[in-house]
Amino acid sequence: MKNVRSIGRLGVDVFSEVGAASQFLFRTLCRMPRFKKSFPLLVYEIFSVGVLSLPIIMVSGIFIGMVVGLQGYNILVKFSASEELGQLVALSVVRELGPVVTALLFAGRAGSALTAEIGLMKTTEQLSSMEMMGVDPLWRIISPRFWASFISMPILTLIFCAVAIVGGYLVGVAWLGVDSGAFWSNMNASVDFHVDVMNGLTKSVVFGMIIAWIAVYQGHATVPTAEGVGRATTRTVVYSSLAVLGLDFVLTVVMMGGW
Amino acid sequence: MGTSLIKTDALVKIRNMSFCRGKRVIFDDVSLDIPRGKVVGIMGPSGTGKTTLLRLIGGQLKPTSGTIEMDGNVIHRLSRRDLYKVRKNMGLLFQTSALFTNLTVYENVAFPLREHTQLSESMIRDLVLMKLQAVGLRGARDLMPSHLSGGMSRRVALARAIALDPTLIMYDEPFTGQDPISMGILVKLIRHLNDALGMTSIVVSHDVPETASIADYIYVISGGKVVGQGTPEYLQQDENPYVKQFIHGLPDGVVPFHYPAVDFGQDMLGEAS
Repeated sequence: MKNVRSIGRLGVDVFSEVGAASQFLFRTLCRMPRFKKSFPLLVYEIFSVGVLSLPIIMVSGIFIGMVVGLQGYNILVKFSASEELGQLVALSVVRELGPVVTALLFAGRAGSALTAEIGLMKTTEQLSSMEMMGVDPLWRIISPRFWASFISMPILTLIFCAVAIVGGYLVGVAWLGVDSGAFWSNMNASVDFHVDVMNGLTKSVVFGMIIAWIAVYQGHATVPTAEGVGRATTRTVVYSSLAVLGLDFVLTVVMMGGW
Repeated sequence: MGTSLIKTDALVKIRNMSFCRGKRVIFDDVSLDIPRGKVVGIMGPSGTGKTTLLRLIGGQLKPTSGTIEMDGNVIHRLSRRDLYKVRKNMGLLFQTSALFTNLTVYENVAFPLREHTQLSESMIRDLVLMKLQAVGLRGARDLMPSHLSGGMSRRVALARAIALDPTLIMYDEPFTGQDPISMGILVKLIRHLNDALGMTSIVVSHDVPETASIADYIYVISGGKVVGQGTPEYLQQDENPYVKQFIHGLPDGVVPFHYPAVDFGQDMLGEAS
């Protein structure tokens, strides 16, 4: 009986949390941006969320590309198909690794920072004092951060993919001696812009929105204590990662039916 | 009993206001007036919801019943947009100062001006320097909040709260944790700014002598009710046992020294459970 009750309670908790988060998202989206004042805020946030994430994204990208190149080559060479390396690297990066790994890194690097920042602002009553000054924190703090994450994610994903392909090229062509012309032309022939690149980008847009949503909501809903900020930050990373991995499967099934 | 003051025009009117948090009753049918242009002290022991009262006046919380009126606006019935408009006429000085940690002192004070006005940069500069001069921190304008002492950050917060020349300013425990010098500065500033800028001030505090030295009128709150009110001189003479214990800081009285517990002797003999 007790177990049944706790399952019920869990269900109610999950739904009320999702409900509160949805309401929060709706209110954030409703805040009309005043262009002149919002734009500099947005640019600043894109800098701190997006540009400052570039190093980790690029370093990870090049290593992922290199490792895929290396593993792929060793398998392909057994079938005397090592010229297909370009195709292998490009497809796996553009379709899956690019959006997913970028999203996971982004959740860890930028999402957690957003949650901690907003949570700490709440803990130190900065949000409250802003409200009392007649400035809506949803507009001034939450909304620019949300949109900045939303905009940064697809761009970071594109950069990740490009760098990863360069990584694959370095290992495959420069080190293992695959023919450079075959590497690029096979890639060119097999990667379809609409099917592969756009689908990867669509994934990254969805992931960007989910991570931004989870991060700002967890920050705003933080229990205002030191422990609360820690928990909210952890939750952001855990929930975002799970959501990204789960949604990746769903999106792949929906979008890539026709291969 | 010194109520003549209250008959003058009231800026904030609270009528039969009750506020509950879950099952806990924080305020029970409270009515009080904040007269325009005066410094009003709201006193009471910790945990009586004094800060809650400020948040109710500021519209961050809604009363369970009754009304809170400021300048003719019933705060909790305003739309969000109107509430934000009314808040421009209020300043609230938080106990923690709540300065924006990513902005300099100058930018902190400039923040409300930048958000709410279209003033030119040179005008903003003039206003900010005037406000900082008023609290004596013009020279500290380039510091970050993390480099300020507790007293200084409270003064910066005060400069920020008066940046838009509000009609009402509320102080949440301004004297807590201050050394005697910054306490003296704050006491002087609260009175001085109130009179110089023609504001109305509400000082929530449990520091009796400091509040009594600047307040025109004091409400003593306990257990969700107003248990005493009057001018500081009047309250000194008040015979109400609770007010007497509070104002004179007596360790034992109607508020017992001991938290409710079973009899001491019995407790000692009882088994450890």
